[in-house]
Amino acid sequence: MDLTLKIWRQASVDEDGKMVDYSISDVSPDMSFLEMMDMHNEQLINKGEDPVAFDHDCREGICGMCSMFINGEAHGPDRLVTTCQLHMRKFKDGDTIVIEPFRANAFPVIKDLAVDRSAFDRIQQAGGFVSVNTSGNTQDANAIPIDKHNADKAFDAATCIGCGACVASCKNASAMLFVSAKVSQYALLPQGKVEATDRVLNMVKQMDEEGFGNCTNTGACEVECPKGISLENIARMNSEYLYASLKG
Amino acid sequence: MIKTSIARKIAMALSGLFLILFLGQHFTINITSVFSEKIFNMLSHFMGNNPLVQFVLQPILIFGVVFHFVMGFVLDIKNRKSRSEKYISFKGSANASWVSRNMIFSGIVVLSFLGLHFYDFWVPEMNYKYVEFLPQNPDRYFSELVHKFHSPIRVLIYCLSFIFLGLHLFHGFSSSFQSVGFNNKYTKGIRWLTVSFSIVIPIGFIFIAMFHHLNG
Repeated sequence: MDLTLKIWRQASVDEDGKMVDYSISDVSPDMSFLEMMDMHNEQLINKGEDPVAFDHDCREGICGMCSMFINGEAHGPDRLVTTCQLHMRKFKDGDTIVIEPFRANAFPVIKDLAVDRSAFDRIQQAGGFVSVNTSGNTQDANAIPIDKHNADKAFDAATCIGCGACVASCKNASAMLFVSAKVSQYALLPQGKVEATDRVLNMVKQMDEEGFGNCTNTGACEVECPKGISLENIARMNSEYLYASLKG
Repeated sequence: MIKTSIARKIAMALSGLFLILFLGQHFTINITSVFSEKIFNMLSHFMGNNPLVQFVLQPILIFGVVFHFVMGFVLDIKNRKSRSEKYISFKGSANASWVSRNMIFSGIVVLSFLGLHFYDFWVPEMNYKYVEFLPQNPDRYFSELVHKFHSPIRVLIYCLSFIFLGLHLFHGFSSSFQSVGFNNKYTKGIRWLTVSFSIVIPIGFIFIAMFHHLNG
């Protein structure tokens, strides 16, 4: 496959970026998108040019590091996959592929396609945990009976890998799908209910401080989420928040 | 509480649901004008002269309308500021409906229509009762309604506005339930109710306007 790549190039957070056009040949349809980017970077290095910076780690759709906005969609045109799981067979010979970083004020560009998603870490630190005494007498979590329905829903919420596709896809750059998944995974379990009030209030407060937009229920986040996190979690977070606010 | 994103979202949803209730009530009264001039006049006279409606419900309604629009603009400005650098390529239609992405646009059309609607009915009514202190006439409402729909241009504006009202409701109704934390086994039913309401009510209002234009 011969392709034209339009890639966002930005030297650093303080400098303006721009789209740069590249041509790439002999791309195999069996390559992953990141392998194509590796190939492109090799060619840039051989020509003495600066390679394109992009995030990646596990390349198995688990870590949530890859974060490209491809042809107008987070993680590209495929569904329920991260960029590393996207394959070049999804494109046609002669295609032009527009590749941009995830855009949100809360996700500043570090370089080229790599963005700083530490806002998610700070939200998680604000309440996305269960306080456990680790003195050596910690109770086995499996000793607590949990309703199967809730256990399944908590597990579904916990599959969020925090990649930020929800923010990138949302027209408002809202982080509600991510935050609601983290709130839900604990709110549904008995271990998480103890700190549920503080958790939702603190995580929402931190989310707002990071500068994410408001949710307007367009549902774009759910569609683009590589893990299929449901909008049901946002409704749960809203009701948790309402209850926590009224409870004071 | 109203300062956080979720609190604003819940407040927006509750004001929207309140306005939907009012819309249902408004339609119920207006549709009687098609069947019976007498019933329409009776209901309109009651709504226009009952102290509870006039001095309690009407101020609440006006507050609800103003709050919904002001909060809509506040949220939209905040949302636009959340992404200063726009995408070169953004395929919004791939993952969200046009109506859900353009609520501010349909909302502005409905707001503009409300300006005209208030000018047509509410301002003359306030003038009649509280400025000129004209004597009560329980039989005037039907003729005032029919008179307003003489102009084909006004009828056309009303009909176009009702279409945008329908689009606004198509997303806003069920979205309000999601915002207040209601997403469960009844959500499909709410979606069905949303689709029905957003089609039946605007078409009903269009029918009323056309009916009085053609028969007035």
